[in-house]
Amino acid sequence: MRLTVDPGLCQGHNRCTAVAPDLFDIDDEGYATAIGDVPAGSGELAQLAVDNCPEQAITLHRDA
Amino acid sequence: MGEATLPDGWVGDFDLYDPAYLDEPSSVWRAMREGCPVARSSRRGGAVLPVRHADIAAVARDTATFSSRALEATGPVPRPGNELRMPPITSDPPRHAGERKVLLPLFNRAAVAALEPGTREAAAALVDQVAGRPTVDAADAFARHIPIATIAAMLDLADDDVAQFSTWIVQFLKEGPRDQGARLAAIASITGYFTELVRGQRPVGGGGVVAELLRRRDEESLTEDQIVGMCFLLLVAGIDTTWSAIGSSLWHLAAHPDDRRRLAAEPELLPTAVEELIRVYAPITIARVANAPAEVGGCPVAAGERVLLPWAAANRDPAVFTDPDLVVLDRARNPHLAFGLGIHRCLGSGLARMEIRVALEEWLRRIPEFELDPDRPVTWTGGNVRGPESLWLQIPGSAP
Ligand code: HEM
Ligand code: SF4
Repeated sequence: MRLTVDPGLCQGHNRCTAVAPDLFDIDDEGYATAIGDVPAGSGELAQLAVDNCPEQAITLHRDA
Repeated sequence: MGEATLPDGWVGDFDLYDPAYLDEPSSVWRAMREGCPVARSSRRGGAVLPVRHADIAAVARDTATFSSRALEATGPVPRPGNELRMPPITSDPPRHAGERKVLLPLFNRAAVAALEPGTREAAAALVDQVAGRPTVDAADAFARHIPIATIAAMLDLADDDVAQFSTWIVQFLKEGPRDQGARLAAIASITGYFTELVRGQRPVGGGGVVAELLRRRDEESLTEDQIVGMCFLLLVAGIDTTWSAIGSSLWHLAAHPDDRRRLAAEPELLPTAVEELIRVYAPITIARVANAPAEVGGCPVAAGERVLLPWAAANRDPAVFTDPDLVVLDRARNPHLAFGLGIHRCLGSGLARMEIRVALEEWLRRIPEFELDPDRPVTWTGGNVRGPESLWLQIPGSAP
């Protein structure tokens, strides 16, 4: 499973890091990038981050 | 949660200050969703009011059609060029992005974390003053002072100036909406004060937003007016919004003893509880002005017309949230729009979350038991910001 953030959509709400701090990096201006490959056992947390992003900027690629 | 009813004539000519809407807007939104989801009005400068999540999001995202040049919910829509400019909130693309970029680092997680101890100290001191009283107006004696203290620290104002600064802000935000003279006098005092800080005619700490903007003045080619405007925006955007959110949260906990007991017993729930309280009681209704003829939720909007964005209505839409009118303190899925959507997403959202969490934490730690005073019912502010104007609470066990 891979997690990505669309930089064109992310507005820095930081909801993703609030629910899944280990799966995202936040830059100095508040914008998020995902760590990429989701560690085993963190799938549910990754989905929770997707579900909490108001901008729908996060995608979880389940077959990647 | 009142019944889903509309005040008479609502859909064709609503009044944002209708007592029923001030008291419980969510029953109006529910009735509109079931009937006509876009209302319009010729009153108070005129406006179009969508309530569905999809319609509100579509307007917020379409910055080419819907301009941020005038954000007031009521009053005449100013002619282009006559607006009160407060970059970046009143700016449209392409100008907006650069102005926002200047401010973004001042609101990042490190900046918010640095302000937390001061906010906690202020909250704890206020709770100390309140805790011994049998009844208290928590809006006046508590909620209001938290964002004022936090913004004063963020600007790094001299200690001697903070009391005067607080007085102007209360005059501007509390008396201003009813008393135009008081409002203008406060704006003049605050603007004059910031101008003196920027010109170095008055001392200001080196660790705050004023000093940082002055340091970056040349590289960002900022004018004196822009720096004063940005500082002023922090007051306009960051104070009554936050005090309303703290007040609404305390009101909810006073009116819902089960939630209050649970949060007092399980403070680790606070981060999710704050998101949930701010979803349900999202205080802001902001406006846009149509640049050209357009459509909102299938209804025509004329060029120059105002469109209102009641973010709390989007947050109560059953198409997006299950049991939308219910406060669920540990709601896991909560992509709410209390801080807006798209390019104007609240810059202060991290700061506001910290302030609300710390305020509730300090209050509940010292005052876990409190209820609404039945003799003095809450009154709500309306227009751009909804929150308790006064919030009389009884604190059992305090000396009478
Ligand atoms: C609970 C408290 C708060 C709420 C509910 C809130 C809500 C909002 C909303 C809905 C917007 C978007 C406006 C639009 O789309 O036109 C916004 C923008 C903004 N807010 Fe907040 N806000 C809060 C606290 C704060 C604080 C504490 C600050 C700063 C000290 C702040 C600074 C700003 C700024 C600068 C913008 C404009 C951003 C831009 O245009 O790019 N807000 N806020
Ligand atoms: S929640 Fe969404 S918009 Fe916010 S930082 Fe994360 S990815 Fe970006």
